[in-house]
Amino acid sequence: MSTRLSTAGRLIDTAKPIKFSFNGKTLQGYAGDTLASALLANDQLLVGRSFKYHRPRGVVAAGAEEPNGLVNLGSNGTFEPNQRITTTELFDGLSATSQNHWPSLEFDVGSINTHLARFLPAGFYYKMFIHPRPLWKHVYEPFIRQSAGLGKAPKDRDADTYEHFNCTVDVLVIGGGIAGLAAAAEAGRTGARVLLIEQTAAWGGRAVVDQPTIDGQTAADWVTTTLAGLAAMENVDIRTRTMGAGVYDHGYVLAYERLRDHAPKASGPRHRLWRIRARQIVTATGAIERPLSFAGNDLPGVLLASAVRDYAVNFGVGIGDRTVIATNNDDAYRTALALHDAGLQVPVILDARAKGGGELADQARAKGIRVENGKAIASVKGGKRVTGVSVCLQAGQGAVLEEISCDCVAMSGGWSPVVHLWSHCGGKLTWDEAQAMFRPNNDRPPTGADGEAMVIAAGTANGHLYTAEAIADGWSAGRAAAHAAGFTAKPEAIPDGSDVPELPLTPVWMMPQGAGYDLRSKSWLDFQNDVKVSDVQLAAQEGFESVEHAKRYTTLGMATDQGKLSNINGLATLSGALNIPIPSVGTTTFRPPYTPISMGAIAGVARDDLFQPIRKTPISGWHESNRADFEPVGQWRRPYAFVHKGESVHDAVKREVTNTRTNVGLLDASTLGKILVKGPDAGRFLDMLYTNMMSNLAVGKCRYGLMCSENGFLMDDGVVARIDDDTWLCHTTTGGADRIHAWMEDWLQCEWWDWKVYTANLTEQFAQIAVVGPKARQVLEKMGGMDVSKEALPFMQWADGTIGGFDARVFRISFSGELSYEIAVPASQGRAFWDALLSAGAEFGMMPYGTECLHVLRAEKGFIMIGDETDGTVIPQDLNLGWAISKKKDDYLGKRAQERSHMADPNRWKLVGLETLDGSVIPDGAYAVAEGMNPNGQRNTQGRVTSTYFSPTLGKGIAMGLVLHGPDRMGEVIEMTKGDGTYIKARIVDQVFYDKAGEKQDV
Amino acid sequence: MKRYSVFAIAREAMRQHTGWDRAWAKATPKKKYDAIIVGAGGHGLATAYYLGKNHGIRNVAILEKGWLGGGNTGRNTTIIRSNYLQDPSAAIYEKARSLYETLSQDLNYNVMFSPRGVMMLAQTQHEIRGYQRTAHANSLQGVTTEFIGPHKVKELCPIINIDGPRYPVLGALWQSRGGTARHDAVAWGYARACSDMGMDIIQQCEVTGVRQANGKVVGVDTTQGSIDCDKLGIVVAGHTGVLADMAGFRLPVESLCLQALVSEPIKPCMDVVVMANTVHGYMSQSDKGEMVIGGGTDGFNNYTQRGSFHHIEETVRALVETFPMISRLKMLRQWGGIVDMTGDRSPIISKTPLGNCFVNCGWGTGGFKAIPGSGWAMADLMAKGEPGPLAAEFSMWRFREGKFIDESVAAGVAH
Ligand SMILES: Cc1cc2nc3c(=O)[nH]c(=O)nc-3n(C[C@H](O)[C@H](O)[C@H](O)COP(=O)(O)OP(=O)(O)OC[C@H]3O[C@@H](n4cnc5c(N)ncnc54)[C@H](O)[C@@H]3O)c2cc1C
Repeated sequence: MSTRLSTAGRLIDTAKPIKFSFNGKTLQGYAGDTLASALLANDQLLVGRSFKYHRPRGVVAAGAEEPNGLVNLGSNGTFEPNQRITTTELFDGLSATSQNHWPSLEFDVGSINTHLARFLPAGFYYKMFIHPRPLWKHVYEPFIRQSAGLGKAPKDRDADTYEHFNCTVDVLVIGGGIAGLAAAAEAGRTGARVLLIEQTAAWGGRAVVDQPTIDGQTAADWVTTTLAGLAAMENVDIRTRTMGAGVYDHGYVLAYERLRDHAPKASGPRHRLWRIRARQIVTATGAIERPLSFAGNDLPGVLLASAVRDYAVNFGVGIGDRTVIATNNDDAYRTALALHDAGLQVPVILDARAKGGGELADQARAKGIRVENGKAIASVKGGKRVTGVSVCLQAGQGAVLEEISCDCVAMSGGWSPVVHLWSHCGGKLTWDEAQAMFRPNNDRPPTGADGEAMVIAAGTANGHLYTAEAIADGWSAGRAAAHAAGFTAKPEAIPDGSDVPELPLTPVWMMPQGAGYDLRSKSWLDFQNDVKVSDVQLAAQEGFESVEHAKRYTTLGMATDQGKLSNINGLATLSGALNIPIPSVGTTTFRPPYTPISMGAIAGVARDDLFQPIRKTPISGWHESNRADFEPVGQWRRPYAFVHKGESVHDAVKREVTNTRTNVGLLDASTLGKILVKGPDAGRFLDMLYTNMMSNLAVGKCRYGLMCSENGFLMDDGVVARIDDDTWLCHTTTGGADRIHAWMEDWLQCEWWDWKVYTANLTEQFAQIAVVGPKARQVLEKMGGMDVSKEALPFMQWADGTIGGFDARVFRISFSGELSYEIAVPASQGRAFWDALLSAGAEFGMMPYGTECLHVLRAEKGFIMIGDETDGTVIPQDLNLGWAISKKKDDYLGKRAQERSHMADPNRWKLVGLETLDGSVIPDGAYAVAEGMNPNGQRNTQGRVTSTYFSPTLGKGIAMGLVLHGPDRMGEVIEMTKGDGTYIKARIVDQVFYDKAGEKQDV
Repeated sequence: MKRYSVFAIAREAMRQHTGWDRAWAKATPKKKYDAIIVGAGGHGLATAYYLGKNHGIRNVAILEKGWLGGGNTGRNTTIIRSNYLQDPSAAIYEKARSLYETLSQDLNYNVMFSPRGVMMLAQTQHEIRGYQRTAHANSLQGVTTEFIGPHKVKELCPIINIDGPRYPVLGALWQSRGGTARHDAVAWGYARACSDMGMDIIQQCEVTGVRQANGKVVGVDTTQGSIDCDKLGIVVAGHTGVLADMAGFRLPVESLCLQALVSEPIKPCMDVVVMANTVHGYMSQSDKGEMVIGGGTDGFNNYTQRGSFHHIEETVRALVETFPMISRLKMLRQWGGIVDMTGDRSPIISKTPLGNCFVNCGWGTGGFKAIPGSGWAMADLMAKGEPGPLAAEFSMWRFREGKFIDESVAAGVAH
């Protein structure tokens, strides 16, 4: 029975009991418990079900490598699936439920799969469900999908918050065991800025469980002393509950701090994602024990030997009353000794090595523990928990010599250094034959921007399993890292650890060595995904020889623990099946994160309103309080229309158009890009950027310009104003401002770096307001100030002055076909100026209008819109904009491209106006069909609509479109798709629907 | 080849699965082949398969420098759709999609094609118009798509937040027969079928040189020796530039890292594939229960197959916004693949300046869905020496003529 021992655990505080619930049952644990230790203390061995066969699953490990102990935690906004119980600290009120079973953990219908297991070998689904075809979609797939997944999907919005933290350090030490502590202390002594992080809540790692002597003290005392020393160093920061999640190029490291998982009632963010830039990284991440592959090694009650010891020493929990130990190394004897000290029985230690163990074995024998050399577990008995083992010779095929009853099995197959972080960014591994482990190849570390090593592995993570070696290795790693980061100090004494000498392990990849199919098909490699030794062997038999193929074919190592327990055993099995050495099999790729990290932490604060910055014009506040219907335009939100009470959006647009055409409208055009281009070569630069000439534009004048990509496609347009001799102001589209500014800089910095030109994006420096309509001038005259008459300020000119007391720059440009002034005032004055215009305009019927009205006005006038008439495949010539392409210039961006054969093809579609015969509106996106089909069986087309609106001014639908030979086909009727399989007839007309002569804007 | 079926499984179950053959034979290079395909990704394997199946050319070797399917084919997020805008794209992707419908039966290998439906969200007015245009185009191209409103979006995918404060969902382009398939199975299924036709799949065999005489290809040098061939197909995705260099020509292709990630597995909660281009991310749920997530490419050219974390951050942020419930799921694994991007983001299936040497590349971020169609078209080109209608527009010379097939018009994220 699994229970709390009378011996106190190192980490728990029995004075502080804590209530929690599991599957609705209320249980008690202590402060300092993990959910795993607390469940075990309550004899809750069965904690979940496996993925494929729904086998009963119990805890196997005590740390991050745990594959089985996953639960649904919390409820509603704090619900979280797949929470690993070995790393979940117990808190008051914790409520957990087990996963992946129906109807209950104890009685799971899905466990029928266990009995069908022989029909469900690795990759079975590739070979089945092929016929008949409809059944896959309707029966098999839904069934497979239904049985997929472990935890439940969260339903509610996350009630917690998250944050990011950026920092730069000289030396980052990952791992707070003795090697990491020694590294941090030594690096700290040099004055380097050091950050030491530890994923659990406690310092000291494994050493404090086994308590070797360091510098004459117990390991625990040494840890306390060292921590005090670190705390005294101002240049050193230390953090617990912070995991090194990933190592990326150039010393970029991701760490994951769990601030409130253990204290959900505290305030503040739940997780913090650290983005660390470190000059040097020390990975002192320890090692993970390997399971042994014997039949029934997946039953609840079979644990790693180190975990059994951890539960006893750290948490005062005995997993069983009688624990059989199976091992191939000396370390597992420590578990026997610890259990014996705690008053628990160890009926036998089965040491697979023919010659058995060393001094620790002697100690065990001295305590009266039976030790059997060359023996192995043939199989484990039991259902939902272990009831006994049958013993056999390791060298044989599993003939049972003896049955021993027990309620716990502690297994140890040796240790694997945690090389994940070392490997993420290209660190290579080497196979250590003697210790049967992959360890960092220190000659091939990950390199940083300067080509030098940026990661140093230290301690057990570097393959040093002895205390003395590990601590010395940590010390020198800290020293080397500081040195590489430019810091040194006089060396002091290396911490001195002492060890009990151990005999070497013997690799044991199958127990017993000659196990037949029957045993191999019950020997688990991957406990969560249900991958067995026989599965990997089948993969090899079927030619899935690459370790990546074997992994994918069997799903080995693809579970939530990413193979921390299973990978080495799996690839050793593969190596055996292929009869090639382990290093030739190699490992699969180590990818971040080390253990899963929450999406919430990755997203940080960027959610809801903060998801992306909302850019606001100085006038946005007015829009918000005046019933603006917003639409996102890039990161801006622009009013689509201002909807009066009782109006539909459509009505509002109609009203705004009519009012602008008859009275006067007001548009917040502040989002338009405004890029200042200045310098002796500015004219030459703009001549390259725009298709037309800008260098010869007179000061005080405006000119409409087009910009093309190198491929000749039209990418932006806008009015350019010449401010003075060497200064131009370029207006871009709202969406284009940042892009065009970057585009300019790209050319200036990369290609024409010797041209004397400076650019500045002034978009947000000015509020720009368009006063549009026949009464526009009257409004401005009423405001008083500069002369805005046609004579003083003709069409396509600009002037500085004041209007109504505001400093203003006024452009006589029009995107609507009406008399129009675009007035820029300093951003700080924008709102006041807007208000002043509105009150002056009241008597003239002034009304603000939104983007949809703007679109309709420009469409009525036949003006193109970037993004509607253009889509990245349209050149200015397609839009009959040849007039805006200078014939005088040798070159401009896109010119050469536009000379290519397809660009000059007379059969390109050209811009025209379109009108339905019945006045209805052509649907957005409609294509004009042509006779017949192309060789791929697609209907031929001869054009498409680019802009289509209901025109309140004309009282009917109007559109523009690109049509084959369009301008030569005026009056012809073509058929456009309606989208429902039918067609609508449309006549090709002039694209200018309103004021063809252009009289209204030039008054 | 022993056929796979439920009966075969039952038979093998009775004898401890000892009777299963290798899925594909182990092969060493012969002196000469009628055709060599470089690259055993999906596109290379499918090319070989249709060379054999449609054109009877079976003396074929497929050379792979690593393990077959280990490039982008084994790294992608498996979205299959054909709702492309431009005619040539819609034609080849729809050809591919329709071949996927029966691929499991054709190959006798369950590739788990799952036409669960793909929706591309419209979150701006501009996107609405763009997708409406695509729907109109698709209706003429024989591709079944539909523009649906926000309520239908919510009905099909209840976990979407359709009224997020920043970019509310305004509608979506919906292709009900789009979906996903198991990427490895596609590679393995084709490989098994190729092997069964007597073709040699040679892994751990890197092509290091292209040999030519009189302007024509005559063979390749590899890490397993020189091999002669009459025809050569280069189908190496992110390494196309390297191979083109060996063959003595240049292509307008850049290699970039594209990343993806998965969450831990959870019970089914999402029955469709959703792409959100305004916020830049997409998500589906694998048959194993993981949420499969991807976004845009890294900004700089590289070959490392690992990207920068800030791209992951950007993608996850976009998806937490779109699907708030994933906030409490955890990222299990992230990875990257090297994608081959052309100037117009459309592929190249083309003859080359070197006689009898053909290239199939440029599938970039979205070529998994094209595998059967691309193999079909490439096999046609290699067998006949001239492109058929499916490949005609994808010539490498289109860049010289300015005859782009630009799909970025329709979608910022083209997976
Ligand atoms: C993260 C990610 C997500 C994606 N998501 C999607 C998606 O959702 N939907 C979609 O349709 N597409 C997606 N794609 C794109 C898709 O994966 C690719 O377009 C497609 O797989 C390319 O297949 P391929 O056969 O051309 O290339 P690969 O599968 O890359 O195969 C090329 C092969 O050539 C080999 N090779 C290279 N050089 C040599 C040499 N010298 N000698 C011999 N062999 C060589 C390589 O080792 C490799 O195996 C995604 C890609 C990535 C990276």
